[in-house]
Amino acid sequence: MNTNKQDRKLRSDLKDAILASGLKDGDTISFHHAFRNGDLLINDVMATIAAMGFKNLTLASSSLTDCHAPLVEHIKAGVISKIYTSGLRGHLADEISNGLMQNPVEIHSHGGRVHLIQSGELNIDVAFLGAPITDKFGNANAISGNARCGSLGYAKVDANYAKHTIILAEKLVPYPNSPASIAQDCVDSVVLVNQLGDPSKIGGGATRMTTNPRELLIAKKAADVIEHSGYFYDGFSLQTGSGGASLAVTRFLAPKMIKNNITAAFGLGGITATMVDLHQQGLIKKLLDVQSFDATAADSLARNENHIEISANQYANPTSKGAAVDQLDVVILSALEVDTEFNVNVITGSDGVIRGASGGHCDAAVGAKLTIVVAPLVRGRIPTLVPKVLNLVTRGDSIDVLVTDHGIAVNPARQDIQQQLQQNGIELMTIEALQQRAQLITGVPSAIQYTDKVVANVRYRDGSVIDRIYQVAH
Amino acid sequence: MKLRRSMLFVPASNAAMVSNSFIYDTDSIMFDLEDSVALREKDSARLILFNALQHPLYQDKEVVVRVNSLDSAFGVDDVNAVVAAGVDVIRLAKTDSAQDVIDMEAVIEHAEQAYGRPVGSTKLLAAIESALGITNAKEIAFASKRLIGIALGAEDYVRNLKTNRSADGIELLFARCSIIQAARAAGIQCFDTVYSDANNEAGFIHEAELIKQLGFDGKSLINPRQIDILHNIYAPTLKEVDHAQAVIAAATEAEEKGLGVASLNGKMVDAPIIERARLTLERAVSGIREEL
Repeated sequence: MNTNKQDRKLRSDLKDAILASGLKDGDTISFHHAFRNGDLLINDVMATIAAMGFKNLTLASSSLTDCHAPLVEHIKAGVISKIYTSGLRGHLADEISNGLMQNPVEIHSHGGRVHLIQSGELNIDVAFLGAPITDKFGNANAISGNARCGSLGYAKVDANYAKHTIILAEKLVPYPNSPASIAQDCVDSVVLVNQLGDPSKIGGGATRMTTNPRELLIAKKAADVIEHSGYFYDGFSLQTGSGGASLAVTRFLAPKMIKNNITAAFGLGGITATMVDLHQQGLIKKLLDVQSFDATAADSLARNENHIEISANQYANPTSKGAAVDQLDVVILSALEVDTEFNVNVITGSDGVIRGASGGHCDAAVGAKLTIVVAPLVRGRIPTLVPKVLNLVTRGDSIDVLVTDHGIAVNPARQDIQQQLQQNGIELMTIEALQQRAQLITGVPSAIQYTDKVVANVRYRDGSVIDRIYQVAH
Repeated sequence: MKLRRSMLFVPASNAAMVSNSFIYDTDSIMFDLEDSVALREKDSARLILFNALQHPLYQDKEVVVRVNSLDSAFGVDDVNAVVAAGVDVIRLAKTDSAQDVIDMEAVIEHAEQAYGRPVGSTKLLAAIESALGITNAKEIAFASKRLIGIALGAEDYVRNLKTNRSADGIELLFARCSIIQAARAAGIQCFDTVYSDANNEAGFIHEAELIKQLGFDGKSLINPRQIDILHNIYAPTLKEVDHAQAVIAAATEAEEKGLGVASLNGKMVDAPIIERARLTLERAVSGIREEL
């Protein structure tokens, strides 16, 4: 009889877990980004890996953000030689834009990442998955504890496909822990750490509704568009992006739903306190949650039976047997840049430097019947609507309506929506007229000068390279 | 008479706000060169405004500018700059007497001549902000043909009264009524003071409903979020719109038939009723009243 069998996955510390994983130089390691800007795990794990002397690793995190600036040193030291991510921000993004890496970063969408994993390009050797609560056999979730982040939708995929999966948790509970976002049959090792993330930065409390009058103006216009688009019917479905205006659309949509006796069948995507509020009012019947944006959403996932955790494969992978984005009626998305072909850039700023994330943008845009992009026409002195986007993330043929603070433009390919809106008294402009209006305010910016070094490839959801991001010349 | 329910205050020193305040659906935009602009920014604010007023995207909006007092080092330069740039209305702050209006009119007329603008094309709005001004409200209201209206500036007024503003606004009742009386006697418009707590929606609604009932044409606003709320309060109900349309139809029909007096459902429709119906329909432009 083997009495150690029940504890066989428990490792004494992170180093022990890494040794047990059989990690070697040149391998691919993965992480999820559900701890958002409060993530402490990636930096801790990378520091340990670097100290153990590993080199030439491929880092595949579902996304990276400001707090991952320490990775710069690991890149310089040769610990990390390749990166797959949905997004990059802050110092790390600046350095990569400035030519830090020999190999271009691969920027993928949330759905596209799963496709890259399934197609074999992204072959995960060791997945380091943070989950606040686990049992000793690896049944783990993130619906309670200090670092609770709600859905582990991105981690689920890694657990399924990695050759070796390590659960890093803050607390061990008796077997069997349930619900198990990550289940025991996907887990090789379990290790306890002091802290996975900073709760206040994971999404402390509820995502605050914007009070910015311009964002509210855009949101109100977008809600009017939805109301009169032909897609506002009982049982419709909805996804909102995480930007201020995008989130605020629900504030203006809710009274219209009540007045017209309309309830939504489901709300999808990153789930926020606002969506939870509509769910609890009975206005949205079910929430499909791949990532919880705040503690209110995380707590709702624990409490509300119709708040359902889904994996990134179920959310957005174009080659999955069923992606929820394909059942979506309406999505509201943000943009850093839009051009007169309705193409959208959510990855680089007007200076050509990486400062964003592909996220589920192109996945939801392609999937939904009505895709609305909301953005201010001009930010500061910089036009958002331009003749041609600096970098392409989501193709214009999947964008139906652009709502700005100056006016609304419908993609000419969607005559049906255009007619619907006009018949209902919504004033429309051509996208060219809107672009001219932006130019009237800002003038024509000087073109950005690039070197011929590619710092990142933008991968479309099907894996194809849709654009390349070049190093900005100084 | 132009619909002026909402006048949005925008400090002219805030270039970001000046660059986009025309996106809001306010009846007028009121740029400020006076109290919201720091002394060291007076010149740059004037320059920003001089350029903004000539921008194509400001041509479809009524623009009011609150200039500095003529007693200050900036007043005359302010008037010259905004008249040259084609301002619609100049707001005279702290108007105590008819003479203040007359003095301002002279400076405006001089500027119009100097910068080739039609004499009389620049309108005036006199803000009354003291006990003396309220006492002289009638004379002020009759002081110039350029006056589109008079307005209450409450902050200085309550200080002058040696009190402060309360939620119910009892301390402003006399001033408000004096301004409405004077404006209506002179056949011009009247505007209420700002509600300065942008985050207190309930308080704003309470005050807006009060001043609408008293008879004010509109109100100065400090945040774009207040615009829709105010317009909704001024918006007629569906029943009121239906009635107004029936009144106009009855009046048109009577006129076509050459009848002196129209009637609707057995009630006489005379000039005041027709005028009221027109105002109702005008206020319906931004929508039918939604119950909050």
